[in-house]
Amino acid sequence: MSDLVIQIRELSRAYVMGAETVHALRGVTLEIRRNEYVAIMGPSGSGKSTLMNLIGCLDTPSSGEYWLNGQEVSRMPDDALARVRNREIGFVFQTFNLLPRANALANVELPLVYAGVPARQRRRRAETALQRVGLGDRMDHRPNELSGGQRQRVAIARALVNEPAILLADEPTGNLDSATSEEIMRVFESLHAQGQTVIMVTHEADIAAHAARVVLLRDGRVASDTPNRRSAA
Amino acid sequence: MQIRDAIGEALETLRTQKLKSFFSLLGVLIGVTFLIAVVSIVQGMNVYMEDKFANRLVGLNTFQLRRMPNFEMGNVSQEQWREYQRRPRINYSEASYIETRLQTPAIFSRYCSTNMPASWNGKTAKGVDVWTADAPMFQIKNLEIEVGRAFTPQEARLGEAVAVIGWEVGDKLFKGVDPLGKSISIEGIPYRIVGRVSKQGTLFGFSLDKFVVVPFDAPVHRYACRLGFMDELHVRTADVASMQVALTQVEELMRIQRRLKPGQPDNFAMQTAEGALSGWKKISAILFTALPALVSISLVVGGIVIMNIMLMAVAERTREIGIRKALGAKRRDILAQFVVEAATLSTVGAAIGIACGIGLAFLVRALTPLPAAIAPWSVGVGVLLGVVVGMTAGVYPATRAARLDPIEALRQE
Repeated sequence: MSDLVIQIRELSRAYVMGAETVHALRGVTLEIRRNEYVAIMGPSGSGKSTLMNLIGCLDTPSSGEYWLNGQEVSRMPDDALARVRNREIGFVFQTFNLLPRANALANVELPLVYAGVPARQRRRRAETALQRVGLGDRMDHRPNELSGGQRQRVAIARALVNEPAILLADEPTGNLDSATSEEIMRVFESLHAQGQTVIMVTHEADIAAHAARVVLLRDGRVASDTPNRRSAA
Repeated sequence: MQIRDAIGEALETLRTQKLKSFFSLLGVLIGVTFLIAVVSIVQGMNVYMEDKFANRLVGLNTFQLRRMPNFEMGNVSQEQWREYQRRPRINYSEASYIETRLQTPAIFSRYCSTNMPASWNGKTAKGVDVWTADAPMFQIKNLEIEVGRAFTPQEARLGEAVAVIGWEVGDKLFKGVDPLGKSISIEGIPYRIVGRVSKQGTLFGFSLDKFVVVPFDAPVHRYACRLGFMDELHVRTADVASMQVALTQVEELMRIQRRLKPGQPDNFAMQTAEGALSGWKKISAILFTALPALVSISLVVGGIVIMNIMLMAVAERTREIGIRKALGAKRRDILAQFVVEAATLSTVGAAIGIACGIGLAFLVRALTPLPAAIAPWSVGVGVLLGVVVGMTAGVYPATRAARLDPIEALRQE
């Protein structure tokens, strides 16, 4: 099996907005290997959200190819994409996106529910995932009973519970203070150290500095793709 | 997505938003309440009407030959009414002709009644039904003698002033006193009490025990009947089949006596228990035809309300739907979630409706003489309606939820 987790070739995405067509992505080519730690950066309007949605299989490209973990996902129908999201991708969002009425354990169990995992096994795996992010003692707390950092850890546990091919984080520290941000970054680093492929979209340079490789987007194209100075050093 | 999770989600919504949920369930609740209560009351009435009304007032395997029908519910046209009034009453010779010629074994009693006060020892019971009847009447009407005896055929034939009193008359006039041998006074004439009938209870709140039976030719007869005529001739046969035979035979004997030509309608009536029920049967048939219409109106309203609530829920929880989709929920997972949620809501409404309906039926039974019997099938139908209305109402909102674009949905605040 190839070492490449993500293979993107000439990926474009255009939106029709009334009379005009907006080209959010104009032919991006990108390869990401297993156990890489990549930050995707760029100013607003650079197309990084669009690229993230495409990588996350939430959206389909107008043209180009996208292979994720050996499957071509760029032409898949809706429900097949849902399956790919469920099995291959672990999302971590800026706003955590936890279900407010469910406790931490139920939130982490959710991807397993859609994967059709039996209840008992679900619970066991969710507990393990929460322990992995250091929240073994907060499992029955609801999101509003948790701090921002703890919420993001629950979200990370949820992202990891299905053992996805990639962990896809969208501004994961955008809603956190700097101390908590550092804490979350350490969690990512340790996951990376354990072999997890991590892709992080951010516009903060000091957050991107944690990654081993930085992909800079500008005007819907890859402007630069460089190994990180600090990590490379 | 497993159904259990969706049901849990729905119950959670109910728990956290009690008041809103309650109002949204009101339509289904009222519909099912109505269904259960009406079916219970009508069914209870059916049992009651057959058991008490018809068999008490007419008697088992019994019919009454009369000038006009006794129990006619519904409208009698004025013309029909005038025709009834023109009919001759049943006279003695007609009665004895039937008694001697009827081929089916039967027992007979002439009968007239009037309503007047009866008194003893300075106490008066008002509004007592005074029946003048022949001795077989006790058997025909299944009157059980509690103390003493019925009057004998001899006493009846001689028109002696003897009386058998109903339970309530005894209770009113002879509290703590043995009524046997005492003389009860009706229109100033004393009647020697020979027996008392055991308690029969009430019918629609009216006492069935406020009566006095005296021989047909007893002195009070002139207040109850015109001389030579009677209100009714009661005929009782051994069983239903022979009663049917006797009915046609009596009709024939009457037509012969009254010299009715073929094609000419009967100018007399024969009242059976079944006939007495026909009016009620008409009413209950109308109720049962109208019921589905009434119930479905409230269920349609209830369904629309639930649909609205679910549309609101979908709008409020757009972000949640986005999250679920991002985590791998397929269209049908989201669809199932919201359909099951709507069905659960509606079923909870139906369940509360069933409880209210049963409560209402019991309340009616406790507060009015109307009986009520819970029909198990109506409970089943109630639950089923709840599920079906909810699922139907849930389909459209759930489809909208399932079609949401995950990116758009996640962007929603």
